[in-house]
Amino acid sequence: MGGGLARKEDPNLVTGKANWTDNIKLPGMLHMSLLRSPFAHAKITNLDVSAALDQPGVVAAYTGADLADEWPGGVPCAATVTEDQKTPFQGPIVQDEVNYMGDVVAAVVATDRYTAQDALEAIEVDYEPLDVVMEMEAALEDGATLVHEDMEDNLCFDWKAEAGDVEGAFEQADVVIKERYIQQRLIPNAIEPRATVATQDPGHGGYVVYSATQVPHLAKIVLSLSTGIPENQIRVVAPDVGGGFGSKLNVYREEIMALVIAKKLGTPVKWVEDRSENYQATIQGRGQLQDMEVAATNEGRILAVRATLLDDMGAYLQLLTPVISVSGAAMFAGVYTFDAFSCQIKGVFTNKTPTDAYRGAGRPEAAYAIERIVDSLARRLDMDPIEVRRKNFYEPFDEPTATPAGLEYDSMNMQAAVDRALELSDYEGLREEQQRRRENNDPVQLGIGFSTYTEICGLGPSQALAGLGIGGAGWEAANVRMLLTGKVEVATGTSPHGQGHETSWSQIAADALGVTPDDVEVLHGDTAVSPMGRDTYGSRSLAVGGIAVHLACEKVVDKAKKIAAHMLEASEDDIEFEGGKFSVAGSPDQSVAIQDVSATAFLGANIPEGMEPGLNENMVFDPPNFTFPFGAHVCVTETDTETGKVRIRDYFAVDDCGPVINPVIVDGQLHGGLAQGIAQALYEEAIYDEDGTLVTGSMVDYMIPGAPELPNYTLDRTVTPSPSNPLGVKGVGEAGTIGAPPAVINSIIDGLSPLGVTHIDMPALPMRVWEAIQQARGESAGEWTSGGGIQAESADATQGGDE
Amino acid sequence: MRRIQVEVNGVTYEHEVEPRLLLVHYLRETLNLTGTMVGCNTSNCGACTVLLDDESVKSCTMLAVQADGQSITTIQGLAENGDWHPMQTAFHENHGLQCGYCTPGMILASVSLLNENPDPNEEEIREALEGNYCRCTGYENIIKSVQQAAGQTS
Repeated sequence: MGGGLARKEDPNLVTGKANWTDNIKLPGMLHMSLLRSPFAHAKITNLDVSAALDQPGVVAAYTGADLADEWPGGVPCAATVTEDQKTPFQGPIVQDEVNYMGDVVAAVVATDRYTAQDALEAIEVDYEPLDVVMEMEAALEDGATLVHEDMEDNLCFDWKAEAGDVEGAFEQADVVIKERYIQQRLIPNAIEPRATVATQDPGHGGYVVYSATQVPHLAKIVLSLSTGIPENQIRVVAPDVGGGFGSKLNVYREEIMALVIAKKLGTPVKWVEDRSENYQATIQGRGQLQDMEVAATNEGRILAVRATLLDDMGAYLQLLTPVISVSGAAMFAGVYTFDAFSCQIKGVFTNKTPTDAYRGAGRPEAAYAIERIVDSLARRLDMDPIEVRRKNFYEPFDEPTATPAGLEYDSMNMQAAVDRALELSDYEGLREEQQRRRENNDPVQLGIGFSTYTEICGLGPSQALAGLGIGGAGWEAANVRMLLTGKVEVATGTSPHGQGHETSWSQIAADALGVTPDDVEVLHGDTAVSPMGRDTYGSRSLAVGGIAVHLACEKVVDKAKKIAAHMLEASEDDIEFEGGKFSVAGSPDQSVAIQDVSATAFLGANIPEGMEPGLNENMVFDPPNFTFPFGAHVCVTETDTETGKVRIRDYFAVDDCGPVINPVIVDGQLHGGLAQGIAQALYEEAIYDEDGTLVTGSMVDYMIPGAPELPNYTLDRTVTPSPSNPLGVKGVGEAGTIGAPPAVINSIIDGLSPLGVTHIDMPALPMRVWEAIQQARGESAGEWTSGGGIQAESADATQGGDE
Repeated sequence: MRRIQVEVNGVTYEHEVEPRLLLVHYLRETLNLTGTMVGCNTSNCGACTVLLDDESVKSCTMLAVQADGQSITTIQGLAENGDWHPMQTAFHENHGLQCGYCTPGMILASVSLLNENPDPNEEEIREALEGNYCRCTGYENIIKSVQQAAGQTS
């Protein structure tokens, strides 16, 4: 472990031999295409699919009424965050009413994709458009248009947690700051669209569902709950999966439809999403209005934090929609220790695509709010932003330590991470340059922005997850077996889609068993291969699943030791294990390789009496606590004060994810996370117009940063082991999306603060930055006024950013 | 239906195709060359990039009939006699891929770049790959991969 082994996954991927779901062809396979609503809210007054059925090659066409009996559970939501949470029924195909643009009205099944798509045109459908409600504050007003007419209002839930005397702290504070931040909606944009093939299991009863999913094990359960097909009649396979970022941490209506229709027709059914469907009907991320308040002393000591949030559910609840914000609530306390904390979250229905987990899922929202307001506090007190932070950091600790928000952080040394980040970035030199450029009235101003963040990872302790309202089952499973020839098979319940588990798990097993990584084959992504599993999301895979692999290997070694003692005719207590060899203490020439022990164990003829043959061990690891990776980021921006254009000149990130198994993979995770964090800060936003139409409906209109838009990164690490697991590892998949947005925005504001700029919303597109400068200068911004509406502004600016 | 003759990865094929059939679907569905992927359908993401007479094109924005009489290289034809192209090796050695879905298109776009400009600087590489999105890597290791393949690794 600790070596930068080149990935075992790569050979198939660089030669075009990967097995994506869309590659799967089965005999007799039909293609499903879906008619989606162009309206955000409408009654269906007439629907007739018969003309589609008349088209050559069309095998079946269905309305919601046709299949309603096949999915009694609808599309289930697994989270209940308050007792009175409202959970609307989501039928995979709606029956009477559509509630967002992209809601499914009918399905056509045909012999090929082109034919199915053509037949959609023949479906007769009439809509009676209804009023829409698109913005959360409007949705909560009395008399607001209802997303679901059978509900009394658009409030999904009202959740609150409070610790300490928050009111008192705000009353006695020298300084109170209140600011509003906006977490815009984001489209996750895995480059592989979703895809599903459902089929009757040949030669067996039951069904196999191949799906581009992060969660084959969760899908097996959810598909059963939705359709009533017994869980043991469903096998889910995640073949090679082309990115997820949370968007494939879900079980979608299309997977349910494909399964139900394959069952009805008795033939395999494939559905492949196109990109416009991906934008409308795959979950979106974020969507949160944050009223953030901090109470502090004149010396910069934080007394209390109060976060009051509106969180946009969209029109329905997907798998985890309501718990995304709630699971991040405690992180609004950040890396600071103080006495009083409260967080209130209202979940709100709107006529938009449902939201759910997007890389970071609740934590980027929290880190952004606390890191922005700490910077504001520093500005108010005329202190260095690092100085204010240092006054409120925890003293370094390596055992669980209580936070103001009721969690126990596992281990932390912010001071070390910050010191390294300042050194790496030459902070003093940067401030000197900044001063020079300010004095010279440089039209391009230098900004230096920090984020000192922590995140909650390693989901998670089953009991804690139950407390959050998602039932439990945060464990992960592994099976490690040594074969007759000494080769190793590791079956894991994690389900990678770019993270390199085959490589890292091989390194973990090789290290524990004294074999080479090449001797290890990692099997994953199939509920038949690893019957128990909880899949991949929330930076959990290594800290829970990797640990299960490690512990299962230890069990193998323990058993092998007994067999080795038997083979060497020595006492087990005298056997030492090192470098893949069992030897008798004091007589190193008396030894046996683990491969020979494995063969002996397999054959079973020469093992201790009463012992089970084979080296084949299972482990289910349920961690005692979450893990809390942390880090210090420094973003250096150059903002053109005449055009508002921001360039990231340098990005320094010192991240602490505990001991590192494979540094190349860890750095790669950071690069990708930082890129997505910068994308939120500078470029991306899902924009709807007032009628509920998704304006950024394709990659032409939604600004995904390409290679020219992103910087290189200067990375370093500190290593603070977690006490939550025996390898001390913490997880790293989301660090970048959590750390980067506040570092970028704080940097831009820092650069423009002499002009009086104190606030900029994400994404900081040139027009938005330019407008903030104009407003701060008290000058007229020409014909453009800030009252003109964020949507129009954003739409124009998105195109402007594309240049 | 129209009859087309196309050379793909050194093999000549003849097929009757619908005039509207996209080249990417011809490759994937008709020829079963599933190394070329669809990402966006709007010519933005570049996952479907192939080489048409050695120049990169997006096969989701081209009709199969437009490739009639021409020669195509997909990711599955890039290695020669089982030996990887230096660009494939470079992506592997520099961790230039994670999920790998954009990788075939990214590799072919990079090969096309070096055909035109064997010694690009970093900015030229970034500009040349602007039509190929990667959501996993943040591009830095992709740039390094192309630099290695161009023989200019620092």
